[in-house]
Amino acid sequence: MTRASPALAAVALAIGLLLVVFLVVPVTAVVYTAFADGQGGFTLAHFAAFAEISLMRESFANSLYVAGFTVVFATIVAVPLAYLTVRFQFRGAVLIQTLGVLPLVMPAFVGASAMQLLFGRSGSLNLILKDAFGFTLPLMEGLNGVIFVETLHYFPFILLNLSAALANIDSSMEESAQNLGSSGWRLFSRIVFPLALPGYVAGASLVFIKVFDDLGTPLVLNVTNMLAPQAYLRVTSIGIEDPVGYVICVILVLFSIAAMAGSWWFVKRRDYAVVSRGGAMAPRRKLTAWQTFLAYGWIGAVLLLVLSPHLGILLLSFSKVWSFTVFPEQFTTAHYATVFEDSTRMIWNTFLYCGLAAFVDVIIGTAIAYIVLRTTLPGRQILDHLVTVALAMPGVVLGIGYLRTFKGIEIPFGGGALTASWLIFVIAYAVRRLPYALRSCVAALQQVHPSLEEAAENLGASRWRVIRRVVVPLMAGGILAGFVTSFITAAVEISETILLTSRESLAPMSYGIYLYMQSIAGRGPGAALGVIAVVLVAVGTYLSHRFVAANAPQNQSTGAKP
Amino acid sequence: MKRALARAVALAFAVGPFAALADTITVVTSFPKELTAAYKKAFEAKYPGDKLEILNKNTAAGIAYVREQPAGSRPEIFWASAPDAFEVLSSSKLLAKIGPGNPAIPAKVGNYPVNDPEGFYRGQALAGYGLMWNTRYLKANNLPEPKEWADLVKPVYFGHLAISSPSRSGTTHLTVETILQGEGWNKGWEQMTAICGNSAAITERSFGVPDGVSNGQFGIGLVIDFFGLAAKNSGMPVEFVYPSVTAIVPANIALVDGAKSPEGGKRFIEFTLSEEGQTLLLDKKISRLPVLPSIYAKAPAGYPNPFGGTIQAKVNFNSNLSESRYYVVLAMFDQMITFRHKELVAATKAILEAEKRLGGRKSPALDEARKLVLTPVVDEKQAADPKLLALFKAKKTDAEASKAKAKVEEEWAAKVKANYAKAMELASGAK
Repeated sequence: MTRASPALAAVALAIGLLLVVFLVVPVTAVVYTAFADGQGGFTLAHFAAFAEISLMRESFANSLYVAGFTVVFATIVAVPLAYLTVRFQFRGAVLIQTLGVLPLVMPAFVGASAMQLLFGRSGSLNLILKDAFGFTLPLMEGLNGVIFVETLHYFPFILLNLSAALANIDSSMEESAQNLGSSGWRLFSRIVFPLALPGYVAGASLVFIKVFDDLGTPLVLNVTNMLAPQAYLRVTSIGIEDPVGYVICVILVLFSIAAMAGSWWFVKRRDYAVVSRGGAMAPRRKLTAWQTFLAYGWIGAVLLLVLSPHLGILLLSFSKVWSFTVFPEQFTTAHYATVFEDSTRMIWNTFLYCGLAAFVDVIIGTAIAYIVLRTTLPGRQILDHLVTVALAMPGVVLGIGYLRTFKGIEIPFGGGALTASWLIFVIAYAVRRLPYALRSCVAALQQVHPSLEEAAENLGASRWRVIRRVVVPLMAGGILAGFVTSFITAAVEISETILLTSRESLAPMSYGIYLYMQSIAGRGPGAALGVIAVVLVAVGTYLSHRFVAANAPQNQSTGAKP
Repeated sequence: MKRALARAVALAFAVGPFAALADTITVVTSFPKELTAAYKKAFEAKYPGDKLEILNKNTAAGIAYVREQPAGSRPEIFWASAPDAFEVLSSSKLLAKIGPGNPAIPAKVGNYPVNDPEGFYRGQALAGYGLMWNTRYLKANNLPEPKEWADLVKPVYFGHLAISSPSRSGTTHLTVETILQGEGWNKGWEQMTAICGNSAAITERSFGVPDGVSNGQFGIGLVIDFFGLAAKNSGMPVEFVYPSVTAIVPANIALVDGAKSPEGGKRFIEFTLSEEGQTLLLDKKISRLPVLPSIYAKAPAGYPNPFGGTIQAKVNFNSNLSESRYYVVLAMFDQMITFRHKELVAATKAILEAEKRLGGRKSPALDEARKLVLTPVVDEKQAADPKLLALFKAKKTDAEASKAKAKVEEEWAAKVKANYAKAMELASGAK
């Protein structure tokens, strides 16, 4: 761990500079409102005002409650899915992994509206219940409704990171435990899960922060007594200059950093790195007939629930009229015709922007992970913490910050204004989604034992060769998980997208869905575009799983590695 | 794979994004795609040299976008419903004066001026607020069809209504203000609070109400007319009426100052106000009310006509009064209703149950409970207090004012919360 070369220091500096220009400066341009007293001076009076408002204190408590319970439920959903599909011989494991990622592919407001149609006050489920038993379930009401929707939306963060971590565990540990007579729950809770903890914690802390900051879901469910909606409501209704709105943003940022630092400290207390890897992946265990039945039953039930928003939106995309009935009554394909007629460009834009952004993210993410974990550069943690700020920054704030900071800046060679070009989307998405990629890369690198690199260096390999030939290949699963998460979450980003769109021809798909969903007649085409987005991303995710599986060092008896 | 990526990037540079666009008119609007698409098509057909670029943003994001653009590369047109958005833009000196409009358009509808008196923006269509309901929902729940706002306070509607918050939707604010002016301050707030106590949700987006009514999540919603009419015309099982206490107000269009091609912008504004442009509003999926009275002759039978007496706007809307207390009304609504909706509904439920239990017998405790829930936290005299109004109008960055305002809001919040809790206690114990 005592490695610091001038080259690495230069890379660290370059990344730091990028973050300052595209994150710190724009955010500061907006957030200073929280500290300005109106005469150009500095004040903390707005923070005092915040603390005096009982509504704010209540919102804070509600946000903590919702975020905490979402992590609990997301864990219940994700852990069995990850464990069963990665560590056991399981038909359709790749398919299940792919389907499990789909909830992330839908913009929160679309998913929540689709769930209203199925689980809402007059949704399919409640209409059936009312008809048959005379009662209804308030699944989509209040804070618990938010927990319900957020759990289904964000559990893939845990699934993705935990799956990558599980696949990386040294099989000899598990085998030794089995040889010593451990099995079942004991094997899982004492050996497997603790070894995969960095992945789990990375996923769980992401879920916590995402839910803590999430705006779309509470708003669609009309819950306003939470922190992020309060910030948004204040900034958009009282005015873009309202200081208390920005006080909330600052608090969100601080809290997210604290949560990240907490999880980082938690993982750091112990050593998770294992020496043997890759080819030593444990043979997948077999389930008894009875266990198989239970496992498929559980997975089937979970997937049905998790994919219900997709089912809802699929039905909506084919329906002519769907109102107060269990299923739509008239079907049509006209909505797809509409979408293909005027929105194919948006689909292409989404792939271009999000693909580039995710690509940039995994490169920077891998570099930061390496610098933070493998070098002794002074202040290297700052990079990690800076990136985390992006996670907590509401899209509206960063969007306004970009418009403000880069006003009037031209792209060289006659490219036009930066804020009016498509590059601004790539930059904005890359910056805001970098934390996802970084968390996955850090978790992946934590599981690689430095002795592997030392061995390679002792054999005469240069630093770059070690990184290229040893570190990156060993991290491949985590890097891919990071790419997929960055890509998918960028594809459904909406608040920043609305603000930064300067021409409809430049707009990505999420903007198109938003646009359609503004009118009754547009709900059908909006849903159709949503379905197309889901299908395209699902195919992409599935192919990338296959790609990794094909390139992974094969252990003859094992199936695909996710 | 790398080569594919490189090709993709090259393609993206070659097509569209970086090509120079001359004579482009950019329109920032919050209006739905059906409407903007119809105008784009018709306008470009009439002026083949011009290209119309539609930028759909919600009103708040639209204002932020215009404000953050440097002069010279701003969009040409701002087109939205909420009049206060135009006030914000014009007070930030972001609008340019437009020449005389179509002389056939009347200066006033009812008592409300159609155009900005200072000439910065023009009314382009008219809108009124009304009640929209899902016919299947009402039938399934055995609810009578409502006619007036006052009907909605009845106990049968408990849990079946939806409304959006005035701080989220300019048009809801106009309805609230219309009721306050039509019924008087105290009675108006009593009615509003009772309606909201009966509501299943205070939606965040104004579109959340018509959306929820169309798909049957809510029985009855308070919506702006074109949402109701367009839903009905798209085949949804919904109905729409204007109650007698309603106000008809214009949706506006304006030329942004510092735009790239102001001449093109003016052309577009003229087009929207011409006979051709106004006729587009009658389209089934758009269903808006034109500002040009002669267009109504072409409208299908039964189309509401604010100039022909089919909508009886009883209230003479006083826009000065509305503007003077704008922020106070918004803050009161949010503190009394939006943020305390759970408690309000619980108290309303307790009162309804007590009424049922008592079967019409008088109970001082129940009367007291009703009073606690319905009385506005600020009375009419306080609401007209210049000091209070000034506090809410103060510059947002003024730290002292924002602290003082937070204190006032905190007092309201505490009082409202205590009142609802007390009302619940009284109502549950009423004998």
